[in-house]
Amino acid sequence: MSDAALPATRRVAFPPNWPARIGWVVLIAYVFYASTILDITWDRFRSGLDHGAKFIGRMFPPDFSADKLSLLYVGMTESLQIAIIATVVGVLLSLPLGLAAARNLAPRPVAWSARALIALFRSLHPVIVAILFVKSVGFGALAGILALIVASLGFLSKLVAESVEEMSMKPVEAVRATGSPFLSVVIMGVLPQVFARFIGFSAYQLDSNLRNSALVGIVGGGGIGATLLTAFQRFDYDFVLSIVLAIIAIVMVGEVISGWMRRMFQ
Amino acid sequence: MVTATPAPDARKRERSLIINKLRKEYRAGQPVLRDVSLEIESRGLIAIIGPSGTGKSTLIRCINRLVEPTSGEILFRGRDIVQLTSPELRTMRRHIGMIFQEYNLVERLSVIENVLCGRLGYVPVWRAWLRKFPAADIERAFTLLDAVGLADFANQRADQLSGGQRQRVGIARALMQEPDLVLADEPTSSLDPKTSVEIMELIASRAAERNIPAIVNMHNVDLARRFADRIVGMSKGAIVFDGPPQALKDSHLLEIYGGEGWLE
Amino acid sequence: MTIADVSAGRPRQWQRFSLPQRIMRSAFYLLVVMAVLWSLRTIEIIPEFLYDAPQQTVDLFVRMWPIDWSWYPKVVHPALMETLHTATLGTILAVIIASLVSLMVARNITRSIVLNTIGRFILVATRSVHAMVWALFFVALFGPGALAGMLAIAVHSIGFTGKFLAEAIEEAKPGPIEALAAAGASPMAILVKGYWPQVKPAFLAIAAFRWDINVRESAVLGLVGGGGLGMALDSALNNLYWDQVGLVLVVIFAVVIVAEIATAWIRSRII
Repeated sequence: MSDAALPATRRVAFPPNWPARIGWVVLIAYVFYASTILDITWDRFRSGLDHGAKFIGRMFPPDFSADKLSLLYVGMTESLQIAIIATVVGVLLSLPLGLAAARNLAPRPVAWSARALIALFRSLHPVIVAILFVKSVGFGALAGILALIVASLGFLSKLVAESVEEMSMKPVEAVRATGSPFLSVVIMGVLPQVFARFIGFSAYQLDSNLRNSALVGIVGGGGIGATLLTAFQRFDYDFVLSIVLAIIAIVMVGEVISGWMRRMFQ
Repeated sequence: MVTATPAPDARKRERSLIINKLRKEYRAGQPVLRDVSLEIESRGLIAIIGPSGTGKSTLIRCINRLVEPTSGEILFRGRDIVQLTSPELRTMRRHIGMIFQEYNLVERLSVIENVLCGRLGYVPVWRAWLRKFPAADIERAFTLLDAVGLADFANQRADQLSGGQRQRVGIARALMQEPDLVLADEPTSSLDPKTSVEIMELIASRAAERNIPAIVNMHNVDLARRFADRIVGMSKGAIVFDGPPQALKDSHLLEIYGGEGWLE
Repeated sequence: MTIADVSAGRPRQWQRFSLPQRIMRSAFYLLVVMAVLWSLRTIEIIPEFLYDAPQQTVDLFVRMWPIDWSWYPKVVHPALMETLHTATLGTILAVIIASLVSLMVARNITRSIVLNTIGRFILVATRSVHAMVWALFFVALFGPGALAGMLAIAVHSIGFTGKFLAEAIEEAKPGPIEALAAAGASPMAILVKGYWPQVKPAFLAIAAFRWDINVRESAVLGLVGGGGLGMALDSALNNLYWDQVGLVLVVIFAVVIVAEIATAWIRSRII
């Protein structure tokens, strides 16, 4: 192939990527536009930072005095209990719900209804669900528990359904061919394939519920959330810090426990 | 170990399989099985040969209704399989053991658990959940593992086994059902030549030992000739040859497989 | 199972788990049961509230219907826009900061263990504190409104985004990097032309995923003063205007569904 045969155009080594460039420009323009709508100005930011310095000053050292500690203890144990119950119940219920939502296992109408239910549970923020439950069953831990159960179901069941839809149907076919009843097919053919991942998801959900249990109290669902809100409203920032530290501590302990759980069942 | 057995004639009838005008259309107007009729007597290994896509696998899978027939009759143990309701089908499937091309084991379960799957049609669900199978079943599972040469592998996870070993587990699982009929859908297609012979040897001998028929799909004609008591050749959804291996001539093979110049 | 067993004609045994395994599993289940019992004992469930529950729920839905659509244009629509902008700006800010932190955490970019640990700590701390708690903090700092909400979203998202980004960077193939380094490319060039193309699909997927979650979060931050739909919800709740509450809930639900569909579409386009 001789050079003479090539057309006399200049070949560009790195042609400009116009879609990407336009994308960046749009992005930057958007940032400015949205900031204006949200009334985010540099002045506000700077005065906030000034506040912040004073703020941080008031937060240290964290308040661990006796009366605050007992408040902390009561609130944290309640949050812990909420998280435990919600996780256990959520894990137990999510398995059948997730199996029912698997399109390769359940008949179509069942699968679609289950999926719709799961989608509903997932779309609503746990805080909103907590507000609704507070109205139905009153203030206190029960509302928080129910709200977190709903959140757990939304998350876990979807993952169970996806795992079941991704698994191999071959062993299931073989177990069916032995004349086994449906539940036994599930137990011996489906569950072994999804169980390992399910344990991982459940461990994550325990972690998530521990974090969220601190939240539902803010809207009346029991636990440390209410204590935290009050502390903020009373400007007890040093107590706020101790509460936040306690929450972080519990979350880290939770991560250790879920690590054990995962290893034991693998 | 003699248990009360029904009279020989009745046993023979029980284990006969009669297929009448079986038709299967995955898409309307394009039948994969064209009104196939076949009578399988009570024992022996029947090899079904034919090119890919000719309906061999569909035929086998219609027998235990893993594929739903479009029309026709399949008579076995005094019932028409095509007409059974779901619970009746489950009961019927207990008596039909199936071996699959890709072994279809539950990879994360141990060998012995896979074999015990063969009893799931007979034990209540809670036993499956707690893995508390009756002692007699466990003993039988171990005996079967001895018979297929995997006694030392009982507690190994199925995915740690080689292809040939996995197929042996599949055979043990099928036999665990104490079936009256064994179906095998290309059991050796994923195996090397030496292992294929071993597996066919195993299927043939175990079926003969139990006096039950075994219907085996295969695409290796030499294996068919070597192990089958009867060969059924299919082409384009219909049976074009049915006879003992000695009667299978090259002309028949040409008719079954079509094409030229592949025969020596 | 022993030879003696077999020759004596006793049936062979099999158990799914060995003895130590069974002990551990039983211990675990026992622990779980004890934890649940302990939790149930001290939770106060007032029976009257429980009996009342079905009736209260029905009452709730009756009060929410018919939905007060008239409230939408003046109050809810701007609030919706505010929520969307909060979520988007918050995600953008989080992605920028998280990218920097993830560079600090990724072991194939930063060798210093000290920097790695600091980076990891930042990620864990921001993740453990929920967006709403950050919102409380920022509201105290900047006053109620979307600024506080946006910052809360941004800071909370740094944790997750940074973790996933760091993993994506660590999974980048060393081949192209080595080639660029051998050709004498500057560190900046290696980052832009060596790592970025490999990380880009994961980067966009994570950003889209996080945006979806942030829309959900932004909608409720207003309950503590973070602006957007949450504040509309809060005021409606305080006034017990349940039909307006119903409106906000429907709008939140709709926007979450739309965000999910949009995210799924974007992810299918880039992956």
